[in-house]
Amino acid sequence: MEYFDTLIVILQSTVRVSVPLILAALAGLYSERAGIFDIGLEGKMLAAAFAGGAAAAVTGSALTGLGAAVLVSVCLALVHGFASITQRGNQIVSGVAINFIALGATVILGQAWFRQGGRTPQLSGDARFTTVELPFAAEIADIPVLGSIYSDLLSGHFLLTYLAFMMIPFTWWVLYRTRFGLRLRAVGENPGAVDTAGISVTWMRYRAVICCGILCGIAGAYLSMAMTAGFVKGMTAGKGFIALAALIFAKWKPVNVMFACLLFGFLDAMSIRMQGNELPIIGVVPVQFMQALPYLLTVILLAGFIGKAIPPRAGGVPYVKER
Amino acid sequence: MSVPYAKLPAWVDYGLIPLINLIVAFLVAGLVVLAVGESPLRAASLLIEGAFGYGEGIGFTLYYATNFIFTGLAVAVAFHCGLFNIGGEGQAYVAGLGVALPCLWLDQFAPWYIVFPAAILGAAMVGGFWAMIPGWLQAKRGSHVVITTIMFNFIASSLMVYVLVDVLKPAGSMAPQTRAFAEGGQLPRLDWLLASVGLDIGGAPFNMSFLLALVAAFVVWVVIWRTKLGYEIRTMGHSPTAAAYAGIRQSRIIVITMIMSGALAGMMALNPIMGDQHRMQLDFVAGAGFVGIAVALMGRSHPVGIIPAAILFGMLYQGGAEISFEMPQISRDMITIIQGLVILFAGALENMFRPAITAFFATLGGAGSDKPLPAAE
Repeated sequence: MEYFDTLIVILQSTVRVSVPLILAALAGLYSERAGIFDIGLEGKMLAAAFAGGAAAAVTGSALTGLGAAVLVSVCLALVHGFASITQRGNQIVSGVAINFIALGATVILGQAWFRQGGRTPQLSGDARFTTVELPFAAEIADIPVLGSIYSDLLSGHFLLTYLAFMMIPFTWWVLYRTRFGLRLRAVGENPGAVDTAGISVTWMRYRAVICCGILCGIAGAYLSMAMTAGFVKGMTAGKGFIALAALIFAKWKPVNVMFACLLFGFLDAMSIRMQGNELPIIGVVPVQFMQALPYLLTVILLAGFIGKAIPPRAGGVPYVKER
Repeated sequence: MSVPYAKLPAWVDYGLIPLINLIVAFLVAGLVVLAVGESPLRAASLLIEGAFGYGEGIGFTLYYATNFIFTGLAVAVAFHCGLFNIGGEGQAYVAGLGVALPCLWLDQFAPWYIVFPAAILGAAMVGGFWAMIPGWLQAKRGSHVVITTIMFNFIASSLMVYVLVDVLKPAGSMAPQTRAFAEGGQLPRLDWLLASVGLDIGGAPFNMSFLLALVAAFVVWVVIWRTKLGYEIRTMGHSPTAAAYAGIRQSRIIVITMIMSGALAGMMALNPIMGDQHRMQLDFVAGAGFVGIAVALMGRSHPVGIIPAAILFGMLYQGGAEISFEMPQISRDMITIIQGLVILFAGALENMFRPAITAFFATLGGAGSDKPLPAAE
């Protein structure tokens, strides 16, 4: 029973840390399936976390904060879109630029506006997202196994958490069952064909980039307004890159994204939990190894040693209309 | 790569356009300073005063520039082959081992001029190795070098935390760093160089590795523009299909280029470890690997452009520290913004002003060049 309780605690924190990964990885999925590589997920998420924390602290409303987060993230996504779609610039370079601009600007503006060393003020009450209890969670908590799975693991999360998990089937549906999704995938595989069909490649890609911005914005808002109560300097701490790794690990497929993010989230939760503890059989595993594992796994997968990750064919290539 | 733009005179292509991009980047940065409620002009004058106004400032500026010459060259060499090495940060970090281990072994009984070559070799080998893996994976297994090098940055960071905390930290010490090196592990400062023009560098850690950086820049120029290997690298960068058609062994070139790139990034570790701290600390790279991207883009991947670009960023680092004394609102993070803006305008948006400039030169009727400009297709 003790092991079971520990497992529930670990899984619960797995869900908590996976949410921003899922949202950011899905954001990357929209963009990359449309042929726009985006290594600026980290920056967009960070800027959104700051905007959300700042707006919520000033207005006292979590919804305003969420709106501000999404707005800022979409603006940055449009900068990336302008550089890589309209100006046909290098998408990697543009993503790197956005990461740096977000990293610097959040601290400079935060210090200028709030003077708390780059933090935003602590959020409380309506300014922060609150957790929701699923119906009957309290009543059935005492039932062994099932009770604690339902009331400790499934219930008691933020609305954004449930939203993130619902985004997975929704994204699958959009991508594989709608006209928009078909065109989005086509524009990432063979933009010339899409153009021939009389559909604007540029506008399609801009819409994909906007979707990416919206989801990164929600991910950022989750970080600063749900998971913690306020923005802290550099709080994304590489989550954008883990999400990118998860997206590749998932081979750019929505349902796989969820599993990859949960796996990477689980590794993260374990590494926090295991600090200094011995594992049965294996002995002490250095925490750093657990932290590096998502990256290692992605490298190994990309190299085709376990399955093969094939990126969208037109990814990273600016589309030039025939002259 | 098709270039849908009309040909411009070389001085416009390599001088005017990068300059305009740079000015726009700084104008936007000025807007941020304005938004924070400070005067951009005063910030600029503080910056230049802090970086070049006195001997110690110049010493620090050149010390930082040394880091950026190495990392800028690393990114540039990879660019020539059409590869984007974002892993300079990780390569330099791991290469710290290549510097620190020879120092820890030899510093007690060998003078610096014996330890230094060993450390150079160590840094280049470890950095080169760390970049070789992503290169090999791209060449043989088809995984994209950008993603792999990003992942390797994180792996490097975890690895180095482990090594410093669990292996190299002296017993009884709390700080995650190696022991301090004896005399043999310390590079002489170049105070005589600046003293020859009448400047006193004071406490600035401007040291021998600056000269090594200049040598590296020259060697890069020779290799890229004056050897068969360099020709093959540039051919690959321009058109991989043409390279294949010409019988150039692509995977060999990719791996060699990445090793060169990693070795250059790795040598950056010499400057802070042997030249300044005389021990290896956590996070000694402090973002220099990423600054290299901005430096290479600004310097148009040519050593002649990279050295001034590195000095410009050295100026930002040193002058930026001075600004933050006077204007507490503007911390070192301002440099991160400028770095991002430079990468954006000099890199991703490099062609934004080109149509306008082309049109301007077309109206001049080719006055700026010796033959008339062909019209854009």
